[in-house]
Amino acid sequence: MTHLDWLESEGIDIMREAVAESDRPVLLYSIGKDSSVLLHLARKAFYPSRPPFPLLHVDTTWKFQEMIAFRDRTVAELGLELVVHHNPECVALGVNPFEHGSATHTDMWKTQGLRQALDERRFDLAFGGARRDEEASRAKERVFSFRTADHRWEPRDQRPELWRLYNARKAPGESIRVFPLSNWTELDIWQYIERERIPVVPLYFAAERPVVERDGALIMVDDDRLPLRPGERPEYRMVRFRTLGCYPLTGAVPSTATTVREVIEETVAATTSERQGRVIDRDQSGSMERKKREGYF
Amino acid sequence: MSLLRFITCGSVDDGKSTLIGRLLYDTRQLHADQLAAVEADSRRRGSDLDLSLLVDGLLAEREQGITIDVAYRYFATEARTFIVADTPGHEQYTRNMVTGASTADAAVILLDARRGVLRQTRRHSHVVALLGIRRVVLAVNKIDLVGYDQKTFEAIAEEYREFAAGIGIAEVECVPVSALDGSNVVARSPRMPWYDGPTMLGWLEGVAVEDDRRSGPFRLVVQWVNRPGPDFRGAAGMVLGGTVRPGDAVRVFPGERETTVARLVTFDGDLAEAGPGESVTVVLADDLDVGRGAVLAAGDPPAVADACQADLIWMGEQEMLPGRRYLAKIGARTVGISMDTPRHRLDVDTGAQLAAKTLGLNEIGLVNVHFDQPVALDPYRANRNLGGFIVIDRMSNATVGAGLVRFPLRRASNLRWQELSVDQAGRERLNGHRGCVVWFTGLSASGKSTIANLVESRLHGEGRHTFLLDGDNVRHGLNKDLGFTDADRVENVRRVGEVAGLMVRAGLIVLVSFISPFRAERALARGIVGAGEFCEVHVDTPLAVAEERDPKGLYAKARRGELPNFTGIDSPYEPPDSPEVRLDTTALSAGEAADAVLSRLRELGVC
Repeated sequence: MTHLDWLESEGIDIMREAVAESDRPVLLYSIGKDSSVLLHLARKAFYPSRPPFPLLHVDTTWKFQEMIAFRDRTVAELGLELVVHHNPECVALGVNPFEHGSATHTDMWKTQGLRQALDERRFDLAFGGARRDEEASRAKERVFSFRTADHRWEPRDQRPELWRLYNARKAPGESIRVFPLSNWTELDIWQYIERERIPVVPLYFAAERPVVERDGALIMVDDDRLPLRPGERPEYRMVRFRTLGCYPLTGAVPSTATTVREVIEETVAATTSERQGRVIDRDQSGSMERKKREGYF
Repeated sequence: MSLLRFITCGSVDDGKSTLIGRLLYDTRQLHADQLAAVEADSRRRGSDLDLSLLVDGLLAEREQGITIDVAYRYFATEARTFIVADTPGHEQYTRNMVTGASTADAAVILLDARRGVLRQTRRHSHVVALLGIRRVVLAVNKIDLVGYDQKTFEAIAEEYREFAAGIGIAEVECVPVSALDGSNVVARSPRMPWYDGPTMLGWLEGVAVEDDRRSGPFRLVVQWVNRPGPDFRGAAGMVLGGTVRPGDAVRVFPGERETTVARLVTFDGDLAEAGPGESVTVVLADDLDVGRGAVLAAGDPPAVADACQADLIWMGEQEMLPGRRYLAKIGARTVGISMDTPRHRLDVDTGAQLAAKTLGLNEIGLVNVHFDQPVALDPYRANRNLGGFIVIDRMSNATVGAGLVRFPLRRASNLRWQELSVDQAGRERLNGHRGCVVWFTGLSASGKSTIANLVESRLHGEGRHTFLLDGDNVRHGLNKDLGFTDADRVENVRRVGEVAGLMVRAGLIVLVSFISPFRAERALARGIVGAGEFCEVHVDTPLAVAEERDPKGLYAKARRGELPNFTGIDSPYEPPDSPEVRLDTTALSAGEAADAVLSRLRELGVC
């Protein structure tokens, strides 16, 4: 068994176990490469049945246009059910990263939005594409990760996970986040995408894109809502994205990698870790753990 | 490229975080921004480059300067990819080590060359051996601090090899390393020309992960039944031992039904063969009702038993209580279980077997485990995945233990229920009323016995057949061997529950007047009799009121510390959530309270 076979089989095992142990599962679909792999595993795990759960996209209205197009195309091609949630409070207030700051923007659209969507539809188990290698606080999160009735994560009160025996019992109102890609690294994800020919959003590959350089990050001018600062003029540069999020908060990297193979070569040679492009992680030291305790995925 | 999962065991002082940081650093797994963050952190703490900072993740542990849980790290070389379970070495964290070891194929045991083989080194090795890891590398760290001395290293290596062989660890490699300067971690050290063994990474890259599972008998646990339509029914699960091919004869456990494998279905097409670790969907030739939890097996069959002897590692904050009902997840089934008093507890430092009445957090013991239904299982030595189970607390849902099956106990097949020709219903007809348990629970001096006495007198006056089991009286006879520890209280209540159950089958109305402080045991007593045959009466008297009454002077003694484990003082009372009757004795007289119980019994159709 190669390491990719092993990771795939473990992911399938986790997904089957989670579905068998829950009443209303859902897959959190963020449209990124990890979500693409997660969806691919779901198709394998339940074949010849379709994945027995809907996809949930907690949208912020600030995603790249290409992400939304890719999402809708994927769902239509695979015949899956998609639930899109917009936090109505954010819609009413027009929350955006410029006037409200990246922390508030992320908290209200994503963290609060996710809680609303899970509560409204009474989902008791949500699959996510998080990996332990992404960030230090993730390294200790369980595959089956519990959330209290108000969606909080208690890092000091996690259940030990032994062998492949996941304890999925919970009290009414509590929910579980399940991470089938826990043991995958960024490189594993790309190697698997290559091997399985999994479609991903084209933004992951280098192309000439209009960007401005802002606070050390290359921000793509994806539509006319990005307020330009004095002296900023969008210029076309050959860039790609290592992670995808809200376009004003996601930095591009200069790259010439236009194929999966070239992306893998770039990843192997990378001198910066992938979350570096995320503006929100750098707000404060230990910020990911703080967000997670409050219910961020 | 293959995958190796290993654990690292050692304490903070041994330099474990530094060793893992060194592995990541020297195999170039670190990105520039991660390095920059560590350099900045290091400078703040006044050192050049503290590699341990890479590894210490959560805020809390950064604040305390210790590792608090199992953390997983990932790295790859040209030869292999690795998943490292980083587990802390403190005594109180045995459960984390057991968790990390449960999925590992190899172990790195770390010690400080200046201090040699310590108690904790032995403890880690005992756990590693228990969890069935047979490949161990002993990293003799801080060799720089003993001047790269060959004699020191060899003395430690010899002592450890001898010890490891004695506890069943087959393969040990000892490597002198310095995580601080990198000697023999990834690169050979010119400072130790006398050492000609592998580097630590070299050993990890080369160690043969034996695949005993492949040659063992075929096992697959059904996780999920795949039924997209009337024409397809598949049993989805992972192969946990042996191999399987279409056409193979297999048996379904429990039940031992025989059938043949028709297809091995995957998204990528049908397989000609599936081996350990592969997730597949099995289509069987016969249309058997194979549900979640069933075990498909071939060759030497798994045991089907309702009891086993197992090594149990306790992980709950609350001690294990013999007789209490817990849940166990084994394979893909969750069943009710209870444990007997441990046969012994293991001293993990010395390997000695100690007497024990219970198991506390991080203690390991040998126990007999009873399942409430027959389950298919293998000894842990033969198959980790069908021989390992987790224990779950029914109330909190926490994982409170891990069990490793040594062998099944075939009690069920030797001990059968004798069929009786006169049954409970017959006796009830003769009596003219139903049998039931009326269970009075509450603090000492709450008024249980007074009210129970009154209820019995009235029932007796009405011509009902009754019996009153009183806590104090039973402790003079049946339960005189029991004290007041939590474990003894559980056994006390279990016995009384069983006796009450027998009396109900004799057609009696049994009044039980027992403090019975724990919810779980009252639930157990309730489970012994049939639905509608258990009436829980909570004699609800506030502690202050009971203490004020104190007719036997017990509270006063307890307050003086002369009566340990006294309920309400230094031992908890868990009030019922939804008793059939709740009596507020500050508002009701004893007579009114008895009336309330009698009217509830009439509502329940008892009398």
